[in-house]
Amino acid sequence: MTVSDALLEVKGLAKSFPGVRALDGVDFSIRAGEVVGLLGENGAGKSTLVKTLAGVYRPDAGEILYQGRRAGFASIQKAQAAGITLIFQELNNCHNLPPLDNLFLGREIRRRGTPFLDYPAMRAKARELFDRLGIEIDLDADLSRLSTAVQQMIEIAKALLNDVKLLIMDEPTSSLTEKETERLFKVIRELKERGTAVVFISHKLNEVFAITERIVVLRDGKNAGEVNSRTGTMADLITAMVGRELAAVAPRRTADPGAEILRVEGLSGPPHVEDVSFTLRRGEILGFAGLIGAGRTETARMLIGAGPRTRGRVFLDGKEVRIRSPREAVDHGIAYVPEDRKIQALVLQMSVRENLTLAIHRSLLRFWMFLSGRKEVAITDDYIRTLRIKVSSREQVVNNLSGGNQQKVVLAKWLATKPRILILDEPTRGIDVAVKAEVHRIIAELAASGVAIIVISSELPEILALSDRVLVMDRGRVKRVIERNDATQETIMSAALLASQTAPELL
Amino acid sequence: MENQSDVPVSPVRPAPRAPASGVRAVVSHIVHRREAAIFLALVLILVGITVVAPNFVSASNLHILSRQISFVALVALGQLFVILHGGIDLSVGSIMALAGMVAAYCMKIEINPVLAVLLGTSAGLVMGAINGVLIAYTRLAPFIATLGMLSFASGMVLGLTKGVPITEIPESFLPIAQGDFFGISIPVWITLVVAVIVHVVLTYTAFGRRVYAMGGNEQATFLSGVNVRRIKLALYMISAGAAALAGIILVSRFNSAQADTGKGWELDSIAAAVIGGTSLSGGSGSVLGVLIGACIMGVIQSGLVQMHISSYWHTAIIGVIIVLAALLDRAKRRG
Repeated sequence: MTVSDALLEVKGLAKSFPGVRALDGVDFSIRAGEVVGLLGENGAGKSTLVKTLAGVYRPDAGEILYQGRRAGFASIQKAQAAGITLIFQELNNCHNLPPLDNLFLGREIRRRGTPFLDYPAMRAKARELFDRLGIEIDLDADLSRLSTAVQQMIEIAKALLNDVKLLIMDEPTSSLTEKETERLFKVIRELKERGTAVVFISHKLNEVFAITERIVVLRDGKNAGEVNSRTGTMADLITAMVGRELAAVAPRRTADPGAEILRVEGLSGPPHVEDVSFTLRRGEILGFAGLIGAGRTETARMLIGAGPRTRGRVFLDGKEVRIRSPREAVDHGIAYVPEDRKIQALVLQMSVRENLTLAIHRSLLRFWMFLSGRKEVAITDDYIRTLRIKVSSREQVVNNLSGGNQQKVVLAKWLATKPRILILDEPTRGIDVAVKAEVHRIIAELAASGVAIIVISSELPEILALSDRVLVMDRGRVKRVIERNDATQETIMSAALLASQTAPELL
Repeated sequence: MENQSDVPVSPVRPAPRAPASGVRAVVSHIVHRREAAIFLALVLILVGITVVAPNFVSASNLHILSRQISFVALVALGQLFVILHGGIDLSVGSIMALAGMVAAYCMKIEINPVLAVLLGTSAGLVMGAINGVLIAYTRLAPFIATLGMLSFASGMVLGLTKGVPITEIPESFLPIAQGDFFGISIPVWITLVVAVIVHVVLTYTAFGRRVYAMGGNEQATFLSGVNVRRIKLALYMISAGAAALAGIILVSRFNSAQADTGKGWELDSIAAAVIGGTSLSGGSGSVLGVLIGACIMGVIQSGLVQMHISSYWHTAIIGVIIVLAALLDRAKRRG
């Protein structure tokens, strides 16, 4: 491909966030009328790349050529005006407004010279757009009652209204049925016919092969290869996605798990966890692998009584227990370290001390209700020392700590409850390599001391480094439990990705 | 070292400065507290008014003024709990009227005044519990639930009394608001005692810590194993309890129970809290701040009278001060 026929060409794009190099010199190009797949593990940089293209982020370095000219959009609005639209995974519609109003939001047609809306003109235009997309839609429907697929079509229609030249779709099919997906593909082919370029991000490999011409693979913020959709194979793709050098990762631990402590049978609950069963032994680390949205976090939340559960039984030490709230989970010695520390784990404007002791107030009580300041200080200082949390003082506000140290505070908070079962959800997300290694060491030591541990992680090297067994989930179900000796990036990714190929709803 | 941890500090104080020694450390600590600025404002207002109207600081005026302030402060102390967790209680004014009316009615039918006070307070607590259940268990927005209660409780009072005040208050009940103790009127003592208790609860107990934590991040607090619903229920009961107490003391103060007692006090109590540096989004605020906030409001109102300025200007000035206090807070947080 020569530069001249590329609609968009990106060279050496780099973007960092505190503690993470999300993009590290990525090249990418797309022609008008081309459909290109963008693949990679969670955190490979796909979202950062497309958000940079669509004006959400500004790149730190690199060049973006759009229609042959240097570009770099300062805002989503500017990118849209130039014809680049990104349709987010979470759709961007106002749920209180009907389709017609959503379609024209910010681009309303007015009666000439007045502030009044020209509804007939808008209706006519809307019909024309939806006809072109080949879909029937009630323009006055209650948006919240429309399916995701229909709402997505409204977003695509919005893009058409903007005269879109490059349409980027981030996981558009993740919540669509097979039929809806087919219809979406038809629309994508229509767009392609009229010369629109489409970037398609998805974890469903068969779909990516079906709709794209070529697939660009990212890994650790770098280009990891490109696969031709007609001639390439799934195996090629998976190799490209996981071909990370394992040398940089901590060595695998060896452990000797004890008696069974937790047994889960048929756990199910909304939105999509179905019949999850597994066991966990003392001193064992069970890895939960799967793609984002596979139902791992929901399973954990159900276990600690924070999420709705419709069915399923939980046994602790062979006795059935009913855990209806996080409070009861703590009583049973189960600790859950959530995936988003700022939203779910920390009170940001409180001090290290106050956060660290938030889950152990009962053991600090004097005279029924007063917190023992002395005990609090002793426990806090103890964990600051043993976990090597870098703070200026125990009274430092946690908002001012680095991500890694915040995560250590969260970890300390839960270790202070002396848990028998510790569930860690993405324990090292967004923290730097050095602290990551420390966290891994802490987890391994805890397991060695007999704590039963579940590690939910979207990073396969982390799963592999820590786990005694790996449970692979996909769309709310357990796809496979892999013993340590059989667990490799390939076996795990195959279980997570390929299992869905044979799922009945996709045949 | 141990001592430092026992300093009653709310989670909102600024991060400790570089360690200074002795007196300077203490001074620095005081100056950097959020309350310092509004305390300074209070002093300036007091000085300003005194220059214009020297009589303002006369013993008799201060005596009356302090008693006036004590009522709003009492209601605001209850409101503080609710605001700290990120909620709001609009029903305190009508709960005052209801509790006062219940207590007065009990005394009218010659129930022992002590029992009457307890019954009046209980009526308030029941209303608070209804607020709490609606908010904590059926997840109604605090604004809506307490707005409903504001209307419901005042309607109950008007309906049951047909708007007629109860004036048959026994002599023995009057000293509660009209008496003195060591030269300071009893309502002031009551409010001070409540303030000390609230301060201790908020700064030294697990309950208090959890209220601040909920205001900062309710989800994290819930996932930490805290029963956030039960705490919410308690908070609205505390707020209603404080309001009920204030309403009952007002009966003693005016020798009668009026149906329109407490009208507008929800806004006065919220204003006192906000002027005192309490964040309406929850998680920060202190007893000291609320007391200073209530003082500023009372001083201005009384000062206008002393300076022979029409008291009609009062609410306009309070409005300006609320906004200034909020802007000051925002500037401090950013800076």
